[in-house]
Amino acid sequence: MSATAPPQAPEAAVPIPRRSAGARRLSRGAGLAVASALLAVVLVLSISFGARSLSVGQVWDGLTDPASPSYTVVHQMRLPRTLLGLLVGVGLGLAGAVMQALTRNPLADPGLLGVNAGASAAVVSATWLFGIGTFDGYIWFALAGAAAATTFGYLIGGGRSATPVRLALAGAALNAALFSYVSAAMLLDSASLQAMRFWTVGSLAAATPSTVVRVLPFIAAGVVVALGLARPLNALALGEDSAVALGSRPTAIRAAAIVAVTLLCGAATAACGPIVFVGLMVPHVVRVVTGPDLRWLLPYCAVLAPVVLLGADVLGRVLVRPAEIQVGVVTSVLGGPVFLYFLRRGKAVRA
Amino acid sequence: MSTDRKDQHSDLEEMGRDMSTTMTDTAMPETTAPSRLGGTALTLAYDGRTVAEDLSVAIPDRSFTVIVGPNACGKSTLLRALSRLLKPKAGTVVLDGTDIATLPTKQVARIVGLLPQTSIAPDGITVADLVSRGRHPHQGLLRQWSRQDEQIVAESMAATGVTDLADRAVDELSGGQRQRVWTAMVLAQQTPLLLLDEPTTYLDIAHQVDILDLCARLHEDEGRTLVAVLHDLNQAARYATHLIVLCDGRVAACGRPEEIVTAELVHQVFGLTCRVIEDPESGTPLVVPGARRRSGA
Repeated sequence: MSATAPPQAPEAAVPIPRRSAGARRLSRGAGLAVASALLAVVLVLSISFGARSLSVGQVWDGLTDPASPSYTVVHQMRLPRTLLGLLVGVGLGLAGAVMQALTRNPLADPGLLGVNAGASAAVVSATWLFGIGTFDGYIWFALAGAAAATTFGYLIGGGRSATPVRLALAGAALNAALFSYVSAAMLLDSASLQAMRFWTVGSLAAATPSTVVRVLPFIAAGVVVALGLARPLNALALGEDSAVALGSRPTAIRAAAIVAVTLLCGAATAACGPIVFVGLMVPHVVRVVTGPDLRWLLPYCAVLAPVVLLGADVLGRVLVRPAEIQVGVVTSVLGGPVFLYFLRRGKAVRA
Repeated sequence: MSTDRKDQHSDLEEMGRDMSTTMTDTAMPETTAPSRLGGTALTLAYDGRTVAEDLSVAIPDRSFTVIVGPNACGKSTLLRALSRLLKPKAGTVVLDGTDIATLPTKQVARIVGLLPQTSIAPDGITVADLVSRGRHPHQGLLRQWSRQDEQIVAESMAATGVTDLADRAVDELSGGQRQRVWTAMVLAQQTPLLLLDEPTTYLDIAHQVDILDLCARLHEDEGRTLVAVLHDLNQAARYATHLIVLCDGRVAACGRPEEIVTAELVHQVFGLTCRVIEDPESGTPLVVPGARRRSGA
């Protein structure tokens, strides 16, 4: 009993004892700086590697000097592809982290509520029913489909009285229904099959400057909403009752979180197909470093997810040169073992 | 430590007696109202199942109020209504003279703290991080984490005796330690009113006493108003300065334990035959259930 008995009432000023807040914030901040440096390196690599490799000097010339021989390839191909990879990576990383916090499920992927299924169904409909075959044509369909699917998933998940479990169940049902529609359309229509074959794998290769411009506002809005949700989601993580007692409004938080995921994951998926694995893996691995505090987890995910995505894209370009492996394939093939390693390691640490 | 606790008990008892006699005219300089929190004509229901009708309670300011009653009498429901977790079907919960439903929820969270029955500690969160989250209602876009927040978190951990655990993960702790950590989290909210929903559930008797002593200290030393739902009548009688006995969604009795806890009341509310004697430790009422008749012997 005496071991757990409390000390007497605190003196006027209790020294702040822990090695603690200050030190931890410093190390987390340093980690974030390292991650940002890593991102800068990967950005440069992504611009230099391709069918024809450029040196760092050539990359710089290509970026800044219109007369340079590498100007066209940098501006028309490498830069849009790299920027799109950056945007999509940020979107998927944040969407995954928010979805995992929202559903209190560390293995939730950002497509849980049907974002990917909705986008896929809309793209298939666009090619099958309206004969739209260009990327710029169906990006809007993909976005609209993603938004419609998540909204519908949220409503059948209970709307204002939604709980994490009901949302997950509603998303699962919606995903199943929409993907069977996608499969049916692909079997019935060969043009759909062609379109979907490349789109569903997930690739950055089709990126043009206009794709980047179209995706940017959605991702930017999603980033603002998601980062603003860090503290509210921290409160919600303590359970419904504690969240209310701490002065937050769970219903509003959940709705805002779903808006953020739809914007981020919807835009990312619309631009380059469903690359779910990054959004599942990066937040999970980052959590090992930052712990569950979303004020750190979210920025880390926003920086590290594009590192993973662009890194995988560069690998895909280099491995089978001059051909390419789509980034979605690379993230899954390489990410799987890495993810398993972290899962097992996490378990070992816990035990 | 045990002698300390004994002293505290007798202090608490004296304080409780003081309070009922002198508190009204001396100890409440800043408020004239005897109660900051209360409910009038409350109808409380879950999904159509009515738990209480026309229920009115007042929480005396600076009291350690304990709500007791048989299972399913509506004690936790009442506490949920008082803490705005449950919206009453009819009637109003009043905080500082205003309907609590019309107050901004963050403002309420700076006045009323709640230790709920069920909370979730995120995987791998450290004690210090969890306690820090109690500062949530004091933060905003323009009000970032400060040295003062850090100080309050340190004090809250010291007051609940969890300072040494600061860097430990909450999921590694024992039930008693965890309850202290959650209490520290609610303390960090720095609210003058503190509601506790069955804070002793799942704890062994030593840790129950430990938590209740902590509550008594918070009440005495810091002048906070405490409202706790408890199962154990004898603990309630020992620690409460104001007891609310609920039965079937009605207030069967309320007042100082010494005045209201009688064998008749216990029989009427719990259907239990018992004797009420004086607690040899604290002098408060002690309910001793009647011996079972041995029909076979």
